[in-house]
Amino acid sequence: MTDGDATVATDHTPAPLPEPAAVRASSLLTTLGVGGAVAGLLLVIAFGLTLPRIEANRARARDLAVKEVLKAPERYDTLYVVGRTLVQKPPEGADPKKLEQVYLGYGPGNQRIGFAIVAGAAGFQDVIQLIFGYDPKTRQLLGMKVLESKETPGLGDRIEKDQAFVSQFVGARVPLLGVKKGKRSGPREVDMITGATISSKAVIRIINNALERLAPVVDAYPAEGQG
Amino acid sequence: MSEMMSHMHGAPPAAGTRRATPPREDLVKGFWRENPVLIQLLGLCPTLAVTNSVANSVVMGIATFFVLVSSSLLVSTFKRWVPNEVRIATYILIIATFVTIAEFALQALVPDIHKALGAFVALIVVNCIILGRQEAFAGRNPVGRSVLDAVGMGIGFMIALLIMGSVREVLGSGTFLGVSLFGPAFEPWVIMVLPPGGFFTLAFVLLAVAWWKRRRTAHARVPATGAAAVTEKAA
Amino acid sequence: MTGDLAWIFFSSMVVNNFTLMLFLGLCPFLGVSGKIDTALRMGAANTFVLVMTAVAVWALNTFVLPYAPYLRLIAFIIVIASLVQIVEMVIKKLSPALFRALGIYLPLITTNCAILGLAIFQTNRDYGLLQGLVFAVGSGAGLALALVLMASIRESIELADVPAVAQGTALVLMIAGSLSLAFMGFAGLLSSS
Repeated sequence: MTDGDATVATDHTPAPLPEPAAVRASSLLTTLGVGGAVAGLLLVIAFGLTLPRIEANRARARDLAVKEVLKAPERYDTLYVVGRTLVQKPPEGADPKKLEQVYLGYGPGNQRIGFAIVAGAAGFQDVIQLIFGYDPKTRQLLGMKVLESKETPGLGDRIEKDQAFVSQFVGARVPLLGVKKGKRSGPREVDMITGATISSKAVIRIINNALERLAPVVDAYPAEGQG
Repeated sequence: MSEMMSHMHGAPPAAGTRRATPPREDLVKGFWRENPVLIQLLGLCPTLAVTNSVANSVVMGIATFFVLVSSSLLVSTFKRWVPNEVRIATYILIIATFVTIAEFALQALVPDIHKALGAFVALIVVNCIILGRQEAFAGRNPVGRSVLDAVGMGIGFMIALLIMGSVREVLGSGTFLGVSLFGPAFEPWVIMVLPPGGFFTLAFVLLAVAWWKRRRTAHARVPATGAAAVTEKAA
Repeated sequence: MTGDLAWIFFSSMVVNNFTLMLFLGLCPFLGVSGKIDTALRMGAANTFVLVMTAVAVWALNTFVLPYAPYLRLIAFIIVIASLVQIVEMVIKKLSPALFRALGIYLPLITTNCAILGLAIFQTNRDYGLLQGLVFAVGSGAGLALALVLMASIRESIELADVPAVAQGTALVLMIAGSLSLAFMGFAGLLSSS
């Protein structure tokens, strides 16, 4: 371990006090400066090496989710919500990552399948983030997938693990209405999970609120040409 | 800052062997005798937070191992050039760099597990084990010994994580590394993978360690005094 | 927006309490929670540092880090260490008695995972300045709450006859587990149907 003392002059007159301190300060700064520079360099390299892979992972996860809730579209467009309209290209100077994105899926023969919308809000334990598919022509949901949730394992997390719950959203009409398990009677009703009412209600609420906001926006998106 | 560091030093070396510690001892002491979690009680935050599954525990153990060994290597190599006043700052800089690298690597290679570990990968920076080892050992010992020390402590940390992770996953989900052990009829003890379960599990592991230590001391003393072991308050 | 803020505050204080649910800030929790008095002071000091950290992190995230995202962690930890140094100096000047009372625990705030944890959560959730502040106050209150609760219990059982194997950290962890179990009851309270 370095002995931090600067070398003391060995002549008879006592060394002037400020000098050792000045020497020390510059060596402190040098050490930190060099250390910082090397650290910065290492990080830039690591960042450069891993960033493509990280972005690819993220894009693939989103891609899989969109395809799942739009029932395997042939392709899909990424649209951006600007104000109350959907646009294909983000406006000049706006960061596309900061804009809300909606995905429009197309089936064979350029038929529009529907829109995939991401939404999130507070659930039981923490925020639930999900994506769902919506067909404005029939006002029906095409599917629902939970993207992020910290709900209670074994109870609340069944909103993503219980296939019976998740598959109810296919073909459900909006706005959704949650009912006790087994009491489902109409196309708008969704059986909630016993013992996870709040998590179930949160999912329903998230979808309803998102559509309240976005249904007019996606309805207004000009229809493409042929089908 | 230096007071804080001395507060975090590990258990004192065995009496009379300070200078004569063989290299093998540098490595092995981290496994059990000076285990960073179970004996020194450092790094408890990640030990509780990420051990709800064995997979998470393993990845966290590997990440921490990487940061610990790399940091010790660098700190020990460059210790001569680092003035005393800024040594803590330099250690932190080195550690933070490696943690950032580890985080990028995990995000790129195992994004699902990285998401499960959440903020705790980045929190390796403030894991007292790493900073503690730099201050207690790497900053004042040759490179070879420092690396051995780091490897030993890293493995010791992994051992502690694995013990916790195994107990919590087997009891709390009925699985080990995702493989179901008891079949669908098993009703998992869900609390074990939730926060209270973490606290209780660690409490009982420490209890077991304390019990084992007392038994060992009792057996050591019986031949010497022939009397019952003296009750000792745990540290 | 207010509903949002209320949820952030309540969630960070009790539902997702930093210590009892997220496992942050355990070093002071296990070390300083012997006396209610010290616990309160530690909680207050932590909250103060948390609030300043929230502001600093917001500033970093908005103005500096978009250009160098890989420096995020280093920047955070440097800022936190500096803030703690500043707080130390300020307390030393304003109230030497408090400074002595807090002793070694003040510099230990730097390695308190709660502070860095707040910085990371705030970044991941993309909080604005006001949200970040509410988050900091809420989590600080949560830390203080956990510390004081633990201290009260420990003061009460100080004279209890605890088996030797369980004394020390094991006992504190069991108490913590019980507290954590109790806090799980807060989940779902703020959810609107």
